[in-house]
Formats: sequence, C-alpha cells, structure tokens
Amino acid sequence: MKASSEQLLKDFDTYVSDEKKIEPKDWMPEAYRKTLVRQISQHAHSEIVGMLPEGAWITRAPSLKRKAILLAKVQDEAGHGLYLYSACETLGVERADLVDDLLSGKAKYSSIFNYPTPTWADIGAIGWLVDGAAIMNQVPLCRCSYGPYARAMVRVCREESFHQRQGYSIMMSLMEGTDAQRQMAQDALDRWWWPSLMMFGPSDKDSKHSAQSMAWKIKRFTNDELRQRMVDMTVPQAELIGLKMPDPDLKWNEEKGMHDFGEIDWEEFYDVIAGNGPCNADRLATRNKAHDDGAWVREAALAYADKKAKK
Amino acid sequence: MSNNNWPLWEVFIRSKQGLSHRHVGSLHAADAEMAIGNARDVYTRRQEGVSLWVVPASEITASSPDDTEKLFDPANDKVYRHPTFFVLPKEVDHM
Repeated sequence: MKASSEQLLKDFDTYVSDEKKIEPKDWMPEAYRKTLVRQISQHAHSEIVGMLPEGAWITRAPSLKRKAILLAKVQDEAGHGLYLYSACETLGVERADLVDDLLSGKAKYSSIFNYPTPTWADIGAIGWLVDGAAIMNQVPLCRCSYGPYARAMVRVCREESFHQRQGYSIMMSLMEGTDAQRQMAQDALDRWWWPSLMMFGPSDKDSKHSAQSMAWKIKRFTNDELRQRMVDMTVPQAELIGLKMPDPDLKWNEEKGMHDFGEIDWEEFYDVIAGNGPCNADRLATRNKAHDDGAWVREAALAYADKKAKK
Repeated sequence: MSNNNWPLWEVFIRSKQGLSHRHVGSLHAADAEMAIGNARDVYTRRQEGVSLWVVPASEITASSPDDTEKLFDPANDKVYRHPTFFVLPKEVDHM
C-alpha cells in the first residue's frame, strides 16, 4: 500500500529531526530537493567564480613560493566546485543545465566575488577573511541532513584551512614590511571587511529561507550567529598583527562576552546581489568566454571517444 | 542536449594498499582514460589514494529504498547469527 503524501512528509520530518541522513534515492519533499539544488549549485558556482579574483594574481605573485601556493589554492577552488556539482547532480539535475544557469546569469553565486583585487594584499585579505567566512559557513554543513552534500563539505573543509592560513600569512608578511606594505594590507582589510561579513547573508529577521532550512537540518546556525562568530574570531587576529578594523562601533561587550559591531550597509549588499557590484558583468563575461573558447575541446574529446569506441 | 555532454563516471579510491576501493564522488569525462585523469586531479590532490576505479554511472544497478525492508529486515530475527546470543560458562567465555 502506498503511504499518503501527508504521511510521507510527516515521516520525513521526524526522520530528519532524529538526525538521520537522506540519500539520493530516498523519498524527499520537492521543496527540500529544490532548496538543496539551489543552495548546492550556488555554492558550486561560487567556488568556480571565486577562482577569478585570485587567478588574476597567479602571474604577478611576488615570489615563486607565493605563486606555487596560490596556484594550488586556486586549483583547490576548482576541485571544490566539482565536488559540489557532483553532489548536486545526485538530486537529478544535469551538470550542463547548472552551468547554463550560471552563464546566463539566472543562477546566483556569492556576491563577494564581484569585488576587485587591485593589489597583492587583496589575495591575503581574501584567504584570511573570505575563506575564513566560508569555513565558518561550511563546517556546520558537514552535518547537513543530505548525505552527498555533507560528504562534499567534509572534503572541502579539510582543504580549506590551508587557504585561510596562506591568506593570513600574506597579511603577516606585509605587516612586517615597509610603511607602504603595511598601508597596502590595511587598505585591503578596509575594503574586504564589510563584504566578508555580508557573506553570511541577510540579517535573521530578513532571511526568507532560514527557518525551513534549519528545520530540515540543512542549516545549523542562523546567519547572524555565524556572523558574530566571524567577528569574534577575526578581531584578535587583526589586532595581533597591527591591523585596525574599519568599524568605529566595534567594541568588546564584557557583559555579553562578544563584540558589538556596526550595522552592515544592506543597500550595498542587495545592490551587488542585483548585479550592480563593481565586477558582476566582468565575472560573467570571463566565465562565458572560457566556456565558449573551450567548446571545441569538449566536442573534440567526445568525437575522439566515439571514434575509439567504434573501433 | 545530453548527447553533447560528457557522460558521468563514479570514482572509487583505494586510500592505501590493504584497503578496498571506496566511493568518493563523480565527475564527467569523454572516455575512461580521461575519467582516470580527471579523477586524479579532482579527488587525489593530497595523496588520498594509490589506485583509482572509474565506472560509468549508467552501468551501476542500485537497490531501491522501497526494497530496504524486503532485502535487509529478515536479518533482524536471526539473532543467533551473533556470537553474543550464546551464553557460555565463564571459563570459556572468550571463545
């Protein structure tokens, strides 16, 4: 006898709230599947577009050592994108359709990658702050109720902490350097601090997906909880190397045992999401060009495989 | 559309000699040789393995979650398959 859809849904909710995992062929509510496809594909796109701001510095890294490290880091980001696309495809979507949605501008990716990287210190700030925020977001996702996503996150997190350390190491070196180098590091922090805090998404009171995702154990902590952790973790790291946070309202709140900090410029946040950030158009144009320029390679590989199979 | 896309392959890695291959994820590649190359780049950047298997995803037959009960439940009522079912004298209990 087939269970009614209400019964299925009820069983699903109980199953998930008991901290049990969902695997690809299990029954799941359509809205759960859609939420995961949206979130995992956005996450994958962010890894892929995230290679662009840093990729710009591979040829200009200040030493062979830094260049080798940055190359390995950017290669990891490509790998992370691929783990995530692979997890997303277990939900019955085609890779090619996901990529098309990115290229057409229909799908979103993390807004942070729409900011430019004019100096070498930006590579330090990205590793330290952007990867730092990403880790904060991703560690709880290792316990996500959807098995393939959780497993992909375990791999990603294992690799990510090298990214954050290499970024902080760049900032440390600059802060031990000349006045101009210290100024460069401070300038990068000034530009990346607020966008990094925006990475956690809208404030809890405005976050339309949060409650359901928490109930489904996709999300474990709210946007504001994670943002607070990021501030508390990063402030002492900045102080230690002599950097000053660009927030006049930032101060330690003894009573709450955490930092108070200023209000995010939400207008800027929504404006960049809407496509009006400094590099939105450039990022999409670069991805589209790479995709178009690679079309003949994809076709040739397939033609060669067909020919070999016929022999 | 899917005719123009590289097929999907499932990737299995033996992490070291003495252990069996274990599923790690999937990737797209035009043929088996390219699948091995891509698996190396995507899944073994940090010495995760010493051997790779790639299998066309379309060649895998999986059991259905609907059959879970039919396939796996009967084992539950055969508790005598587990050694702790048998109570032995203390003197030989490490048997």
